[in-house]
Amino acid sequence: MPRVEIMDAEALGRALRRMAHEIIERNDGTADLVLVGLQTGGVFLAERLAALLAEIDGTDVPCGSLDVAMHRDDIGLRPVLVQAPTTISGDLTGRILVLVDDVLYTGRTVRAALDAVCDFGRPRAVQLAVMVDRGHRELPIRADYVGKNLPTRRDEMVDVSDRGVVLGATV
Amino acid sequence: MSKPATDPLTGSGGRRHLLSVGDLGSEGIREILRLADSFAEVNTRAIPKVPALRGRTVASLFFEDSTRTRLSFETAAKRLSADTATFSAGSSSLSKGESLRDTAQTVAAMGIDCAVVRHCSAGVAVQLSRWLDAAVINAGDGCHEHPTQALLDCYTIRQRLGDIEGRRVAIVGDIAHSRVARSLVAALQLLDAGVTLVAPATLLPPAVDAWGVGVSSRIDDVLPRVDVVYLLRLQHERQERALLPSLREFHERFGLSAERVRRLADHAIVMHPGPMNRGVEIGPEVPEMACTTVAEQVANGVSVRMAVLFWLLGAEPAAAAAADVEASPAPERASAAEVSSG
Repeated sequence: MPRVEIMDAEALGRALRRMAHEIIERNDGTADLVLVGLQTGGVFLAERLAALLAEIDGTDVPCGSLDVAMHRDDIGLRPVLVQAPTTISGDLTGRILVLVDDVLYTGRTVRAALDAVCDFGRPRAVQLAVMVDRGHRELPIRADYVGKNLPTRRDEMVDVSDRGVVLGATV
Repeated sequence: MSKPATDPLTGSGGRRHLLSVGDLGSEGIREILRLADSFAEVNTRAIPKVPALRGRTVASLFFEDSTRTRLSFETAAKRLSADTATFSAGSSSLSKGESLRDTAQTVAAMGIDCAVVRHCSAGVAVQLSRWLDAAVINAGDGCHEHPTQALLDCYTIRQRLGDIEGRRVAIVGDIAHSRVARSLVAALQLLDAGVTLVAPATLLPPAVDAWGVGVSSRIDDVLPRVDVVYLLRLQHERQERALLPSLREFHERFGLSAERVRRLADHAIVMHPGPMNRGVEIGPEVPEMACTTVAEQVANGVSVRMAVLFWLLGAEPAAAAAADVEASPAPERASAAEVSSG
């Protein structure tokens, strides 16, 4: 099957660095920021963003992970995989929460994540950072920080890893 | 909601049940313990509740008394946002002479997705799984099995000791009449732990040779060599049936006194499924000692039962999932096929 490289590791790194600058610009620094990566693809991106924020702004931004499997709206429609325990330390009330995921597609994962974070307090604001926005939204959800806008067909598969972004056909 | 009933005699094909530990296999046990980690995290949240099983109904059918198991399952179901219905034998039509099958089918006709069943006769859960169009969880059937207890015990061992493989576990007390022991031995063997049963000959099961475990009647020889001591409740009626000379003698020979705890390795833990008879199988002061895990077992019970309910109802078998996806329009199907994005 054809696999097309959209971004290599270097391009991914540059996109992350730009997104980190955008996060700082939009929020006037990093005060009250909390990064939360969505299991599993968003977790490494959240960690890399946290490292970049520390490098650029010199402050440590808390970084956690969130598994939204138990909040999905398609439980029972398809096998739901619980990936890994959620790690969010402390109350989110009053913080600015940046959700981080690899691919924004239907928006249903983000909707589930918005539901899930309510159990951890009331953030002052929730923002969304994604490496790839591939379109085909089914819900009124948009990203605040985007690594790459990538028009796709529904039968294509987008794979994001440390090595970059690859577009391939599904089986 | 449950699907239309198939032939009640054959039950519905493809439906998952939890009837015995053996059905799960080692992969199934590991999967549930892994899921339980996620639900343990949910239980630490300020709002320990997730919408995973919203709209599902879990019915507890308890034909035998139980407080902790029933409460534990109901708490687990509620934390998954499932609706719960409770049936207990004392206040039911059973006392008016209704048969087990009629009772179960009446409850099932109300539209339940899962039945949590406890009964004093072995095999009732298996039989109900053939009759009902709902996932059946065996919450104890006679002297046969009590799989969720074994799962929460394994979870507790893993939490305290880090792993289960290669650990040595002594199970002490009334093995012959214990469904907890049967399920626990099966689970520990599947996870490659070593098991020694410690009991007087009258309280060992008849075919114990076939279990593939060590057997001893001298607790003091066994204690220094094990990582886990698992005490079983000694039911008072056993003494009446002349299986034991006296409870006091049982305590002298097999009870885990504080003095015997000192002979354990430093890292060793003491477990008990409850309810405890202080001064019989366990010394009066032992439950409060740091090596005892009784309270953790109860807390872990909720997480593990959430994992079991989600495993049965949330992660529906692929067959059911495929059927629903087929019914939706083609573009939806493509999106449903992808897990990594959305």
